[in-house]
Amino acid sequence: MKNPIERGGVGASVRKKDSMQLLTGKPVYLDDLPEPAGCLTVKLLRSPHANALIREIDVTAAISLPGVAAVYTYLDVPSERYTEAGQTYPETSPHDRLILDRHLRHVGDPVAIVAAENEEAAEKALAAIRVTYDPLPAVLDFRTAKDNPALVHPEEDWHSLCPFTGGDPKRNLCASGEEGEGDVDAVLASCDLVIEHPYHVKAVNQVPFETFRTMTELDAYGRLRVVSSTQIVFHVRRIIAHALGIPKSAVRVEKPRIGGGFGAKQTAVSEVYPAFVTWKTGRPAKLVYTRKESLEAGSPRHEMEITVCLGAMNDGTIRAIDLYSLSNTGAYGEHGWATVGLTAHKSIPLYTSSVEAFRFTYDVVYTNVQSSGAYRGFGATQGIFAVESAVNELASRLGMDPLEIRLKNCVKEGQTMPAYYNEPASSCNLTGCLTECAEKFGWKEKYPVRVMPDGKIRSAGMAMAMQGSGISGIDVGSATVKLEDDGGYTLLIGAADMGTGCDTILAQMLADAMECPLEKIAVRGADTDLSPYDSGSYASSTTFVTGKAVVLAADELKGKMRKIAAKLLKADEETLLFEDNTFFTADRTASVTAAALANASMDGNDVPVEATATNSHPFSPPPFMVGMVETETDPGTGSVKILDYQAVVDCGTVINPALARVQAEGGIVQGIGMTLFEDIHYGKDGKLAENSLMQYKIPTRLDIGRLHVDFAPSYEEAGPYGAKSIGEIVINTPAPAIAHAVYRATGQWFRTLPITPDKVALGMGEDE
Amino acid sequence: MEITFTLNGKPVSVSVSPDTPLLDLLRSLGMKSVKCGCENTVCGLCTVFLDEKPVLSCSVPAARVSGKSVTTLEGLTEEAEAFIGFIADQGADQCGFCNPGYVMNTIALLRENPDPTDDEIRACLAGNLCRCSGYEGQLRGIRAFLDAKKEGKR
Repeated sequence: MKNPIERGGVGASVRKKDSMQLLTGKPVYLDDLPEPAGCLTVKLLRSPHANALIREIDVTAAISLPGVAAVYTYLDVPSERYTEAGQTYPETSPHDRLILDRHLRHVGDPVAIVAAENEEAAEKALAAIRVTYDPLPAVLDFRTAKDNPALVHPEEDWHSLCPFTGGDPKRNLCASGEEGEGDVDAVLASCDLVIEHPYHVKAVNQVPFETFRTMTELDAYGRLRVVSSTQIVFHVRRIIAHALGIPKSAVRVEKPRIGGGFGAKQTAVSEVYPAFVTWKTGRPAKLVYTRKESLEAGSPRHEMEITVCLGAMNDGTIRAIDLYSLSNTGAYGEHGWATVGLTAHKSIPLYTSSVEAFRFTYDVVYTNVQSSGAYRGFGATQGIFAVESAVNELASRLGMDPLEIRLKNCVKEGQTMPAYYNEPASSCNLTGCLTECAEKFGWKEKYPVRVMPDGKIRSAGMAMAMQGSGISGIDVGSATVKLEDDGGYTLLIGAADMGTGCDTILAQMLADAMECPLEKIAVRGADTDLSPYDSGSYASSTTFVTGKAVVLAADELKGKMRKIAAKLLKADEETLLFEDNTFFTADRTASVTAAALANASMDGNDVPVEATATNSHPFSPPPFMVGMVETETDPGTGSVKILDYQAVVDCGTVINPALARVQAEGGIVQGIGMTLFEDIHYGKDGKLAENSLMQYKIPTRLDIGRLHVDFAPSYEEAGPYGAKSIGEIVINTPAPAIAHAVYRATGQWFRTLPITPDKVALGMGEDE
Repeated sequence: MEITFTLNGKPVSVSVSPDTPLLDLLRSLGMKSVKCGCENTVCGLCTVFLDEKPVLSCSVPAARVSGKSVTTLEGLTEEAEAFIGFIADQGADQCGFCNPGYVMNTIALLRENPDPTDDEIRACLAGNLCRCSGYEGQLRGIRAFLDAKKEGKR
């Protein structure tokens, strides 16, 4: 029997199954695929105002232009509000949108949909639409949104399917609430030291290189076929059905290869418009967002200001954390309630060992900027920046080593985490991550501040992080495994590989389960007509939730194959051995391979050689991580250069070390980007300044120093082969670690991201 | 306007409007490896060779390639296949959308400098952005290829 590594199973750094197609530039993305004949080009006229009502809109000139097939305004669309958030139904995001609305709530909000024979005709039609706007006062500063007399959603038909989320549109609240455990005020009052500051994270953009895009057509059955660059085919099906007011059974959603997601495509940003055009005209339609549209009307991270109040004793014991998170959901409430929760649920539990009491209060406010959405880290990133920065400041004020303070207070395996829905730390090697990271990084040597001969200052900083592995008790993953003629298997999934390699790692798990070579496994996903139901690829769910479904489906299929094998081998099925994709009699004198069994299954057989399993888990075992960074700060120019970044991750069993490493490196680099470069400014008119990649600066390969990623795995019993997740946690340590290193170099805490050279050079941080 | 140029070694005659970018022309001719990432010369995804030199096709008017030779990754598959497997071994292809651009620039680099240092690789590919990989895996892949070549494994 081959070992798992040889067959390309769990633990093998095999290539992604689509690698060579991607590296040779094969036409596998949405806009590369052949267009159905007569496919219309869809474009959106967008609002120039941050808050306005349409007084008058005249499309007669536009519709009469040659090549223009249709122009739609708010008068043409259904009046039932919906949400674009890709969440399990009933969504926690309020139903606050129409396909087109008379009330425009941000610069870039769609005013009209144009469908034309080609792009040129569509552009001319956009220019020919005459609109008179009645501008309204806009809410642009999220600190003034709550109870502002200017309302983002004054309409009466705003509604929430989940009233527990605490939304109140008459107060510009998308969500609000309070939770906690213990008497925080009393514990804080008895602490030796209390650190209290607000920390501000901007609405950074995911920048997947493939912008939002969707193609739609009516298929041979008259159903709406939607091909889209999405992480959530099943949610998109439901969202389109709600928005268009048509049966869900009339909609099929497929994803091709996706050019990056990072959460951006967990919101149905582009899908509804071409779907509406096709449903109305009967003609195929395609909408490809420009980069400007993706930056101005996408689904970026929620801007948040998180006020941390952290109480500790002089010996470094952290006893209480009180968090107030103010989150800016923008014009619509996509993922508003869900993201803000993670600011606390994935920061406070890091200190479970010592925290006696915590409180978490939050307001998610509407403003007149584009709606926020899901971005890798999903609130945890903002919360961890705040809490980890406060802990670093605590260490500094106590004169303690920040490594020691974390070893003293951090969560340990077996503990119950009150701030994490009272779930257990069933697998946790955070202590191992800390010690190993310190050793590999050289913390003792690099932590002391060193002034170089050229005047530049070398310093170091650190942070810990956690995330989840799917949404506890909600996320569903399914897998269908079919035995094929040659003894190989087809794996059907509804999870979405957006470049992460999940198609491959799920196949690796199946290869181990069936003890067959990885090459014999074909993967197909995701397609609402063909895939078994899956919530989709978000919330770090796929490896843990869908992965377990693959293992369960394989077990079930093996049971069915065993029945056929018993008949063929004329043996009692209980006595059969399964090894190397072959059934053996107990005495090993006779055997039947999966290939032979597959052939036999097509001849007078009544046992299906396929199985579907569905998995959901009541808990969401967190991965843990430690990041340490060495920076070189130039006090003259204020530039902060990353020299080394060392990370150690506990994601449970590492299914594919190469892919896990690249996930970590990619996340760290995105984290470096949001810490040092990526910035968002809205003008007084509500227009976004950074609306191209010339202004919105993501890291290049010269900006990232040297990255080192290692794994210190625990073993998660509930996970497939002991695995947890890795997709999101990896973006969470750079912001607090780099801010820490900059403090060490400058003596100033930077509590608003990004930490740009002008701020450092001008001393715009805050002295301790 | 009518233009004639060589595309991946074959003559092509097409009609283009004066404002058509080379990127759009190439994709309309089926060269789907050429990707649009930013539309304004920042990201490097649309890198092709114009008379054997890498250019950003989003910023080259199609009319300007008249009489010249244009090469896309479709025309260089064999040359790419010498090293891209090493990038795949690192898992650094990820979503793949930016791959053709940096593969083209890597081909250009290796033609000019068959034995680059890591810093030379980083500098040459600095204009090729990637949002997934964090870049290091791409570098490890190219380095592994160069090392294997030196050891005569290939």
